[in-house]
Amino acid sequence: MKRLITMLLLGMLALAGDLSHGISRAAADDSGLTPEQLAMLKGKTVAFVPLSMGFDLTEGWSAMTRKQLEPLGINWVIRDPNWSTDAGAQAISTLIANKVDVLVVHNPDVQSYARLLKKAQDAGIYVVQVNMQSAAHTDAFVGGNFVEIGESDANLMVAKCGGGKGSSNKIAIVQGVLTAAASIERMQGINNVLSKHPEIEVVSNQAGDWDASKSRAITDTVLKQHPDLCGVIDFWDGAAMGSGAAIREAGKQDQVTLVTAGGGEQSACDNVSNGTFTVIDISDVRTQSDDIAKSVEKVLLAKQPAGADKQILYTPLVTASKETMRPDTCWSLKDYKTN
Amino acid sequence: MNFGFGALSQERIVFILAALLFAAFALFVDGFASAANLLSLVRGVSVLGILGIGMALVVIGRGINLSLVATMAISVAWTLSLIASMQGAVIPMLIGIAFAIAIGIVAGVLIAYVEIPALFATLAMGTLIYGIGRFKLIDLDIVYVPENAGWMKIFGAVQVFDIPTPVLYFVAIAAVASLGLRYTKIGKFIYAQGDNLVAARITGIPVRPLIVLQYVASSLIGFAAGIITAASVASMNTRIVNSTLIYDVILVVVLGGVGLSGGKGGIRNVIVGTLLIGVLLNGMTILDVQYTAQNVIKSTILLVALVVDSFLNPRDEQVAQQGDI
Repeated sequence: MKRLITMLLLGMLALAGDLSHGISRAAADDSGLTPEQLAMLKGKTVAFVPLSMGFDLTEGWSAMTRKQLEPLGINWVIRDPNWSTDAGAQAISTLIANKVDVLVVHNPDVQSYARLLKKAQDAGIYVVQVNMQSAAHTDAFVGGNFVEIGESDANLMVAKCGGGKGSSNKIAIVQGVLTAAASIERMQGINNVLSKHPEIEVVSNQAGDWDASKSRAITDTVLKQHPDLCGVIDFWDGAAMGSGAAIREAGKQDQVTLVTAGGGEQSACDNVSNGTFTVIDISDVRTQSDDIAKSVEKVLLAKQPAGADKQILYTPLVTASKETMRPDTCWSLKDYKTN
Repeated sequence: MNFGFGALSQERIVFILAALLFAAFALFVDGFASAANLLSLVRGVSVLGILGIGMALVVIGRGINLSLVATMAISVAWTLSLIASMQGAVIPMLIGIAFAIAIGIVAGVLIAYVEIPALFATLAMGTLIYGIGRFKLIDLDIVYVPENAGWMKIFGAVQVFDIPTPVLYFVAIAAVASLGLRYTKIGKFIYAQGDNLVAARITGIPVRPLIVLQYVASSLIGFAAGIITAASVASMNTRIVNSTLIYDVILVVVLGGVGLSGGKGGIRNVIVGTLLIGVLLNGMTILDVQYTAQNVIKSTILLVALVVDSFLNPRDEQVAQQGDI
C-alpha cells in the first residue's frame, strides 16, 4: 500500500514536472513531496562541476538550482576548474572518492570526462550532465539541442538572404573552436538546411575562439571583402558582440542579419533591443535549472541504482527578436544570486 | 669575419619577410591591397601592438611582464563594472587607472627591491590579479559596456578621417614610447640598465626606481589597450587572461628584434613584428583558412624567420650569458 502511494506520487511528480516549467519552488512546504520523501532528500550532497564559474550559464544554473534544492535540505557544492580540463577531472575523481550522492557535470567536450562519469555511476553516484553530452550517457542530460539551433540559424539565413530577398546570397559563419561538440553539432544543423538551399553562399567560415575581438576582426575583414554580405551566424552571444560591433561600425545593421545563441541572460535581450543582434536563439537557463533540479530529485527518490535509467531533456528553443521579445524573455543573475 | 650580411638584423629579416608576404597577398588575393582592407589589417592588430609596446619597455630593461594581459583585462572589467554601478564616468576611469598603477608599483617593487626575478614575480602577479578580480571586483567574466557609456566608442568604435581610432591610438602610443626611449634621459637609462644592470648602478643610475617606473608604464599601456578592446567590442572578456594572448605579445616583441637579454631594439621592432602578424592573419582570413591551419602556418613562418636570423646573426655565448632574466 505504501509502495503504491509512493509510485502514484512519483507519477504525479513527473507529470507536474512536465507541466510546471518556469515555476520555482519557494519552500519545502510547497514542494509537493511527502515527509518520507523529504526525509530521503535531506542531507544529500549534490556536487556541481562547471567548465568555469563566472559566466552567465554556469552562474545561472548554480544560483537557480541551488535555490530549488537547498530548501529541501540538499547540500549544493561547487568545484570550479576555471576552464582547466585537468582540474575538472581531478575534481570529479575527488568527488567520487568522497561519495557524493549526485554529480552535475558540464562537459568541456565529448570525451574528456567519459571514463570518469562511468566510474562515478559504477560507484553508485547519480550523474546529471549539462549543456554538452559526453560519449558516456548517464542518468540525465539537460541542455540545448545544438543541431536544432543550427537548423534555426540556417533557416533564418534562407528566409532573409535567399531568393533575392537580401542584399545578396552571401553569409559568413563564425564558430567557437572547430573541435567543440557544440560547434560540430551546430554546423551539422546548418548543413542540414543549406544542403537543400545551395543558393546560399557561405563566403567565410572561421573559428573565433569564443572571443569577441576575434569575431570582430573576422567579420570586419569579411565585410571589407564582401560589402554586400547579407548575414552572419556567430555561434555564441558573448563572441557575437564582436561581430555586431563590426557590422555597426560599417554602418550595415539594416543590411546584415546577425543571429547568435545563448542562455538568455539580460544582456542578450539588451543587445537585441539595441540592434547588435538581429535574433538570438535562447536555450533558457531557467528552464534548464528547473530540469536539473527535477532530475536530481527524481534520481534521489527513485530507489534505482545509478545508471539504471537514462533521460534526455532538451531545452525548448526560444527565438528572440525585436518583434518577439517580451519582458520575461531574458533573466538577470542578480534576481537569483544570494551570496 | 663579416660576410656582408651584417646589415641583416632580425628586424630587417622580419621586415623583408613581412614585405614579401604582403606582396604575395597583394598579387594573389583579390581585395587584399585595398585601403579599406589594409586599415582592417592594422586595426585588427592594434591592441596586440599596443600591448607589445608595453612589454617592450620592460624587456628592453631586461625584464618581462607576464601579468600584462591580466592587468589589462581586470582593470578595465572593473572600470566597466563601476561605470554601471556608479552611473558616472570619470571616477571609474580614475579608479581603473589607479588600479593599474598599483599593480605596476607592486610588481616593480617585488622585482627591484625584493629582488624576485621578473619572470616569477609577474607570473605570480598575473594569477593574483586575476584571482582578486574574479573573487572581489566583477561578477561575470564578460563585463559589458553599460548603456550610459556610449562615449566610450571614441576609443575604439568610430573612425576619424576614415581611420579606425584603434589605429590612431596605436600610432600615438608608439610615437610617444619611441620618442621617450630615444630622446629622454630615462630612455637612455633604460637601455643602459638592460645592457648591464650592475654597471648602470655603479655609474649612478637609479635602477630601482627606474624598474618600478617601467612596470607602471607597462601597466598603464595595458589599461589603454584594454579600454580600446572594450570600446571595440562593447565588452571586456576576462577569459583572455587564460588565453595565449600573452605569448602573442611576447612573440611580436621578440620576433621584431627586441632581445630578451635586454638593451637592444626599440618600438620600431615591435611595429615590424606586429605588422607581420597582421599581414598573416588578415590574408589567411580572406583566404578562409581555418583557425587550426592558421596556427600551423603562422608558427612555421615565425620559426623560419627566427632560424634565418640565428644563422645570419649567431649568438655570442659570452655576451648572451650575463645576468638572469
